[in-house]
Amino acid sequence: MSNEATLHSQQEVMHGAHDHHDHEHHHEDNFISKYVFSLDHKMIAKQFLITGIVWAIIGAFFSVVFRLQLGFPDATFPWLESILGHWAKGGRITPEAYYALVTMHGTILVFFVLTAGLSGTFSNLLIPLQVGARDMASPFMNCLSYWFFFLASLVMMASLFVQTGPASGGWTMYPPLSALGDASIGSKIGVDLWLISMALFVVSQLLGGLNYISTLLNMRTKGMSMTKMPLTIWSFFFTAVLGVLSFPVLLSGFILLLMDRHAGTSFYLSDIFIAGKALANEGGSAILYQHLFWFLGHPEVYIIILPAMGMVSEVLAVSSRKPIFGYLAMIGSLFAICILAFLVWAHHMFVTGLNPFLGAFFVLLTLLIAVPSAIKVFNWLTTIWKGNIRFTPASLFSIGFVSTFISGGLTGIWLGNSSIDIHLHDTYFVIAHFHIVMGVSAFFGMFAGIYHWFPKMYGRFMNNTIGYIHFWVTLIGAYLIFWPMHYEGMAGMPRRYFDYSSWTSFNQFGGLNQFISIVVILVFATQLLFVFNFFYSIFKGRKLTEQNPWKATSLEWTTPINPGHGNWPGEIPEVHRWAYDYSKDGRDFIPQTEPIGPNESAH
Amino acid sequence: MSGFLAVLVIVLIFIVIFQIAKASEYVSILKGEKKARQQSNRINGFLLIAFLVLGLIGVYYCNNLLKGKILGESASVQGEGVDTLIYVTLAITGVVFVGTQILLFWFAFKYQEKEGRKAFYFPHNNRLEVIWTVIPAIALTVLVAFGLKHWFQLTSDAPKDAAVVEITGKQFNWLIRYPGKDGALGRRDFKKIDEAASNPLGMDWDDQLGKDDFMATEVHLVVGKPVKFVIGSRDVIHDVGLPQFRMKMDAVPGIPTTLWFTPKFTTKQMKEKTGNPDFTYEISCDQMCGSGHYSMRGVIVVETQAEYDAWVAKQPLQYSLAHPAPAEAPKADSTQKTVAANIGKP
Repeated sequence: MSNEATLHSQQEVMHGAHDHHDHEHHHEDNFISKYVFSLDHKMIAKQFLITGIVWAIIGAFFSVVFRLQLGFPDATFPWLESILGHWAKGGRITPEAYYALVTMHGTILVFFVLTAGLSGTFSNLLIPLQVGARDMASPFMNCLSYWFFFLASLVMMASLFVQTGPASGGWTMYPPLSALGDASIGSKIGVDLWLISMALFVVSQLLGGLNYISTLLNMRTKGMSMTKMPLTIWSFFFTAVLGVLSFPVLLSGFILLLMDRHAGTSFYLSDIFIAGKALANEGGSAILYQHLFWFLGHPEVYIIILPAMGMVSEVLAVSSRKPIFGYLAMIGSLFAICILAFLVWAHHMFVTGLNPFLGAFFVLLTLLIAVPSAIKVFNWLTTIWKGNIRFTPASLFSIGFVSTFISGGLTGIWLGNSSIDIHLHDTYFVIAHFHIVMGVSAFFGMFAGIYHWFPKMYGRFMNNTIGYIHFWVTLIGAYLIFWPMHYEGMAGMPRRYFDYSSWTSFNQFGGLNQFISIVVILVFATQLLFVFNFFYSIFKGRKLTEQNPWKATSLEWTTPINPGHGNWPGEIPEVHRWAYDYSKDGRDFIPQTEPIGPNESAH
Repeated sequence: MSGFLAVLVIVLIFIVIFQIAKASEYVSILKGEKKARQQSNRINGFLLIAFLVLGLIGVYYCNNLLKGKILGESASVQGEGVDTLIYVTLAITGVVFVGTQILLFWFAFKYQEKEGRKAFYFPHNNRLEVIWTVIPAIALTVLVAFGLKHWFQLTSDAPKDAAVVEITGKQFNWLIRYPGKDGALGRRDFKKIDEAASNPLGMDWDDQLGKDDFMATEVHLVVGKPVKFVIGSRDVIHDVGLPQFRMKMDAVPGIPTTLWFTPKFTTKQMKEKTGNPDFTYEISCDQMCGSGHYSMRGVIVVETQAEYDAWVAKQPLQYSLAHPAPAEAPKADSTQKTVAANIGKP
């Protein structure tokens, strides 16, 4: 990356501002500056998205492999040995491989797909387009953000191929298990690579997050006051604030862990006897790491779900042809969630021996989050009430999002109540809860976003029929997979077990586990269908013939079908109203750029 | 070969779906965008309402199928409170779940796009917002109040007369120690751990309190008598999970933790109650602790006082295992090794 490239692009951006029609012919981007080290926020968004899709396939495939073990513990799959080698001797994965797979599945999906792939994609794509800016505040930092993510991806990918395997202590990487190479084979070089990769990832998130915040605070077009911004932008704003404030804490936790591993410190280690000898470490606290980890770890789940909420709000309004109900309440509840997100981390630690008095506050604050969440759900319901809903794949995924968000959110009320959490902690109930509420829901939000803004990204539509098949199989499959897991959790069935056959308390679910694994394979295959649809449509999808295919009010649809770098060929349009004037005064929709008419009713 | 066939079938299905999807795209262009949209709207609207109905039936069916497989009545007195709280929470969240899902899919079905329908411009209504802020807030206050009442009961200090059992996790089994007649556990230090000398817990033999401590391979408890577990770990974090008693506590190296409860039924009674002759109270490790995590199983036997006393009488003191009398050295040595090996067994 050279200064030259930065300057070049800034010139180009300036150009866009003054020059009208012919600026696209003025210069020719070479392959490197257009597709690789691009400074265009739209290209960087696509880079995040496609990298995220690649990671999602890998992460989901890992879940298929370990579901095979859980569903068919006695069967052998010779093809597993051909791809995993000694990790699956005789066609059955080893416990070490199983734990490596679950750890990587978690890390990849939480961080690389649902953080980088989700908010990385849509914050980049939509912030400049919807606030009316030519690009990010710092296109260069934005480019760096992606390439740090790419480096993080390379290191994580490399860790899959080292002799002792990748990190395998669970995606939360609790010490002492993750701190001591003697405790687990995955805690040898695998954890070092994991920590390095995550450190690079944190850098990427901070570069991206600061950029998103400064862009949407400083670079809004004329007339775009904060309360005229679409809810997508508000959600990206709070997401970025959460990330900027909490990722550094995670990094500090990782640095201490790295020092415990290599510098002989005892931040997390005390009184340990392992591999036949007593370690010299004394006075550390393994619980300290959990505090540092969950101080990010909990906001992280909102980093994942807030962008999905924002996009769903937008898509539901557009497809219902109605304004989003309670715009200010929606912003208020996002704000409340954002604040509370920082005050509930210890609800992941109710059974660590936490002071019960302290625990009581975390119960109270945790259950408080249900209030803004309830407000959002009721507002979405009222948004579609008396609407005129068009079932595009995007709007179906948005409806699916609301459904799974309700289902998964309500079980949060169970787990947030410490007395119930004692029984359900670290069981399949937790697996069901967070997969529905931040796995499936967040993916539904992401799919809604992809189907809805694909025409803006590539100037083509995705295939609708495949989209409908994708939606229905995924919705039904997700419920079939995760709903019965609540029952397994109620029976106390612990998560992260390689095999349940020697337990009298948990071996009654053999048939159910088999059923779940079969559905997992079906749903995975359907996601591949989506991936195919995505890549096929980039090149062969039906072409867009109009600027504004969804008849939406927001600014991104005032740009040309294939906007160049700089987004608007002429002046950036001025904004006169909020983004939700649908079906007002008998008109289907009124774009944000239209001045308020003299006889118009106030909203 | 069968793997190859399976892949082939999947690829074929993909191709078929793709061809249908492509064809339907052309058809929709021919028919006109509006007409195609109306048609797919009708289909999806129907599917949404069908999903709601079948989904709710599915929830009911799933419950019927699985409710017998989850744990029955709580086997500890303290767990009863947890169960009550679960039922209260289930009732509240269950009503909200059914209500909101019905509204969601019913609205989606009812207000699907129709010729001539105009969407209702309804941007905000403060009264509605207040209603659905206040009602959840009240419901949650109730749940918090109930929850904290139980929480403080569950985490309160154990009664003075509670039996004490020490459970120490290590990769990948549990070390169980009883305080013996004096009711007090002897001092230990992780630096004194010596498996070969029958001292897997690093007991300090200078401490008189430890002289009558004994170790066991199973936890034995007296029915109806409160018991306090003193929980620790020798290496990484483990977790003592007691699903039938609704109890759980992490085992953290360097930081002892405790939990206490009162078992309600003996193991024998549970075998009859559940109709399962193999029924066992199990200790499951609930915190990822390494490659043997899934096999870290402990067994609890709940029995009557008489059975318990008979069992205690048979347990050799750890001190004498670690300090075999010199005269009968060869013989004692072999028993010592067996016990030590049992204790060290994963």
